[in-house]
Amino acid sequence: MGIEGIGARVARKEDKRFITGKGRYTDDMVVPGMKHAAFVRSPHAHATIKGIDTAAAASMPGVIAVLTGDELANDGIGSLICGWMIHSKDGSPMNMGDWRPLAQSKVRYVGDAVAIVVADTKGQARDAAEAVNVTYEELPAVTEAVDALKDGAPLIHDNAPGNLIYDWEIGDGAAADAAIASAAHVTRMQIVNNRLVPNAMEPRATLGVYDEAEDHYTCWTTSQNPHVARLVMSAFYSVAPENKLRVIAPDVGGGFGSKIYIYPEEIVCLWASKKSGVPVKWVADRTESFLTDAHGRDHVTTVELAFDANNRMTGLKVDTIANLGAYMSLFSSSVPTYLYATLLSGQYTIPAIHCNVRTVYTNTAPVDAYRGAGRPEATYLLERTVETAARELGVSPAELRRTNFIREFPYQTPVIMNYDAGDYEASLDAAMAAADWSGFAARKAEAESRGKKRGIGMSCYIEACGIAPSQAVGSLGAGVGLWESAEVRVNAVGTVEILTGSHSHGQGHETTFAQLVADRFGVPIDSVSVVHGDTDKVQMGMGTYGSRSGAVGMSAIVKALDKVEVKAKAIAAHLLEADESDIVIENGQVKVAGTDKALGWHEVALNAYTAHNLPAGMEPGLKEGAFYDPSNFTFPAGCYVCEVEVDPDTGKTEIVQFVAADDFGNIINPMIVEGQVHGGIGQGIGQALLEGTAYDRETGQLLTASYMDYTMPRADDVPSYQVSHTVTACPSNPLGIKGCGEAGAIGSPPAVMNAITDAIGNNNLTMPATPQKVWAAMRA
Amino acid sequence: MYETTYHRAGSVEEAVKLMGEADGGKFVAGGQTLIPTMKQRLAAPDSLIDLRHIADLKGISVDGANVRIGAGTTHYDVANSADLKAVCPGLCSLASHIGDPQVRHMGTIGGSISNNDPAADYPSAMLALGATIHTSKRDIAADDFFTGMFETALDEDEIVTAVSFTAPDACAYSKFPNPASRYAMAGVFVAKGGNGVRVGVTGAGNDGVYRWSDAEAALSSDFSAGALDGLSVDAGDMMEDLHGTADYRANLVKVMAKRAVASAG
Repeated sequence: MGIEGIGARVARKEDKRFITGKGRYTDDMVVPGMKHAAFVRSPHAHATIKGIDTAAAASMPGVIAVLTGDELANDGIGSLICGWMIHSKDGSPMNMGDWRPLAQSKVRYVGDAVAIVVADTKGQARDAAEAVNVTYEELPAVTEAVDALKDGAPLIHDNAPGNLIYDWEIGDGAAADAAIASAAHVTRMQIVNNRLVPNAMEPRATLGVYDEAEDHYTCWTTSQNPHVARLVMSAFYSVAPENKLRVIAPDVGGGFGSKIYIYPEEIVCLWASKKSGVPVKWVADRTESFLTDAHGRDHVTTVELAFDANNRMTGLKVDTIANLGAYMSLFSSSVPTYLYATLLSGQYTIPAIHCNVRTVYTNTAPVDAYRGAGRPEATYLLERTVETAARELGVSPAELRRTNFIREFPYQTPVIMNYDAGDYEASLDAAMAAADWSGFAARKAEAESRGKKRGIGMSCYIEACGIAPSQAVGSLGAGVGLWESAEVRVNAVGTVEILTGSHSHGQGHETTFAQLVADRFGVPIDSVSVVHGDTDKVQMGMGTYGSRSGAVGMSAIVKALDKVEVKAKAIAAHLLEADESDIVIENGQVKVAGTDKALGWHEVALNAYTAHNLPAGMEPGLKEGAFYDPSNFTFPAGCYVCEVEVDPDTGKTEIVQFVAADDFGNIINPMIVEGQVHGGIGQGIGQALLEGTAYDRETGQLLTASYMDYTMPRADDVPSYQVSHTVTACPSNPLGIKGCGEAGAIGSPPAVMNAITDAIGNNNLTMPATPQKVWAAMRA
Repeated sequence: MYETTYHRAGSVEEAVKLMGEADGGKFVAGGQTLIPTMKQRLAAPDSLIDLRHIADLKGISVDGANVRIGAGTTHYDVANSADLKAVCPGLCSLASHIGDPQVRHMGTIGGSISNNDPAADYPSAMLALGATIHTSKRDIAADDFFTGMFETALDEDEIVTAVSFTAPDACAYSKFPNPASRYAMAGVFVAKGGNGVRVGVTGAGNDGVYRWSDAEAALSSDFSAGALDGLSVDAGDMMEDLHGTADYRANLVKVMAKRAVASAG
């Protein structure tokens, strides 16, 4: 592998600038004449706008413009859209309500943007925003999806009767019913998957610049996928045609899904820049982040899991109500459907599966993909249910899982997915060994002697990364293709630039992607640069989400490297007077195998550009591009074991051990992969123990709108993790890699909850398992 | 933050004078509550009068059992005072668990008790230690100083200059932090000294910090955690919010009280 090649623990090239505070984020961008924006936001969860008086605000010091939704509409700026069409089971298309970038007739959640103020300073913009006088007529609000479906609930969008967006199903309902009817045992549960606020360290920000001389727009923004942002802003919002709109996503401080979507602010700032004649910057404060970043999860589900007399699963029936908030965010419709219900087979052979999903409007922030996106919801549902079934059936949780594991691959589930490779028993064995599962009883007894209740729980997850192929997702309703692009430019001196449509916002692409080149051509990673995040520099790309940069983005790079290698070998063969098939590239040398005839990599590159002596008919240069469209998802899987101690006096849970055994296929940089697992588990522990989003059910006010009330995981909330890997290579991509970005957040919540409920002997506990809730559950 | 005018006071007298001249001014010491509140535009004083540069307000003196702590002394300095630790380690321990290191290097004891946040740590200790609060105008017994949530006996232009107390024979503080803010959901300071046992409770009561008299009576005859077993805390007197029901807080008060007694020995 070489010291910097595939499989090497190379330190992250990008960390020097990050840890010395030298990263360049959107808020660091300064352009001549730049002014600052503040948004006027609805203080009400649901209200009719009776009038907007901007006169007082417009006359305040430093104010350049105060603009409203009517002016935006008059200029032909379009509404925000959801880019994945889902049809209800009766064949009707989803009921997508109108989402104006600046609300006109009605506001639908606290934080809904109503007007923008542009001023010389941020403080002046805020002062003036407070002086914009909006007359509201308040309407009753509803925040819980279950409530929003009830008769008489406030109607949020006129074209979504009963607040229902779609009523969708997958699988064979009759077969699942039959399995349940004839089952030897059925485990039934009510499962709530708690709503989460993403809380990226860097708040959302945008800088919109309109250049009147060129009639050209530039948008700096905190985006995980700048090309998609440009596409959507051009095609649907009519901000500008693509060739006149440059989108740049520079360093981005975390996304976790929340920066996939196009939000009102970047559209409005671009438009406001043209309208007011000045560049317009907006940076969210933390309160705006809480109120308006797309939230995650928020499912309420009933589940029935049927077993035969041999404890084999025979059927699964799931009924889910998912809260999508006040508007349909860009990919919101796909999360509780194709990213969720298609994973309900888990690691198990379940002959009959049926899932029904109703998605619902409420007067809350829009809900969309958040680290894991649908797969955490599926995994939590299944793994809590399987653990509960083991307790009801009186068998060990490991044995019940072993009895039902899928062991033959490829495996076609009843819910679309075709699992290509895996060895679930291997990860289960690895995790149980690392956790010293068999020694638990002694540890429990020892904890008892200290007055602590100790519990152990496991979770066997599967997830799907690199959502694909484009043709298939298109047939399921996706508005975009899900391929990735790459261009490899070898410079005349042999240094290499990789242009990628993937976007790094913490993932370490500048290092891992460079490792591919180091591995292939034997050049040091310092001579490899990764270029991303700028639509003027990089060819069309699809961005980073769904753990796709490895399996899809790197595969595109490999395809381009293949082409470069072929051309480099042809040049070398010509110069060395050898046959192309005898040329090998080793340690930065392009050699004739078995001889000492060799050229330096840089010599081949230079020859490609001098073009003094190339094979007949060959074009000069050494630069190749590729698009890669996967033939299947990849299916990372693994087993997590969590051990907790609960203080019976206070209900406080301490995680005393956490073991992860993941199968991510082949690994490029184990250190970066471990970092992803650590971060993912941290977020999963956050969901399980700490993070609960609460809206006031009457007023629709977000009660957890700051870190005083929303509990983010801190260093002392999480343990040291024991992380290990088993490997089954992914057969569908050239590197045999899967995806690791979300697994930790997907697999860990059920392990934590299974451990706590084991410790306290009460299975009736919802996330987050706060000390108060655990204490109450111990007394129930 | 709205615009405000910053004044640096060189003495207590100057600070009082500046306050008199301001129209809606605020004293600021460590600023650990006031500044975030202003940043959120929830407070808009026209003047900020900074007390941090008044040398007279800083420092800890221990003379036998007599302790005096200047109002401008940071939590960090209280936590790390060897003199104080020798006579009243419970107070040092309390200070060492306020906020995080950044907060402890900025926040002051005077600011904390003047603000009287119902979940702040120091007020419980002031009650349990039977402290005297010295101000620019007078001396006030802690029992008379804390008058309700965010309410004190202070006048608008009155500045806390120091607190003093007689070091107890034994004392300890035990708190259960709110998982999000890490403020006390229940914090109990227990002190046993010449004037008996006093128990101050913060974070839990629905009218702010208070003394738990039943516990004081029980511990006066038997200073052991077990002495509290038979007591119960009335949930009707407890705060209730997103993080803790009244029942839960009532439980926590008792659990924290027992832990404080056990740790005070």
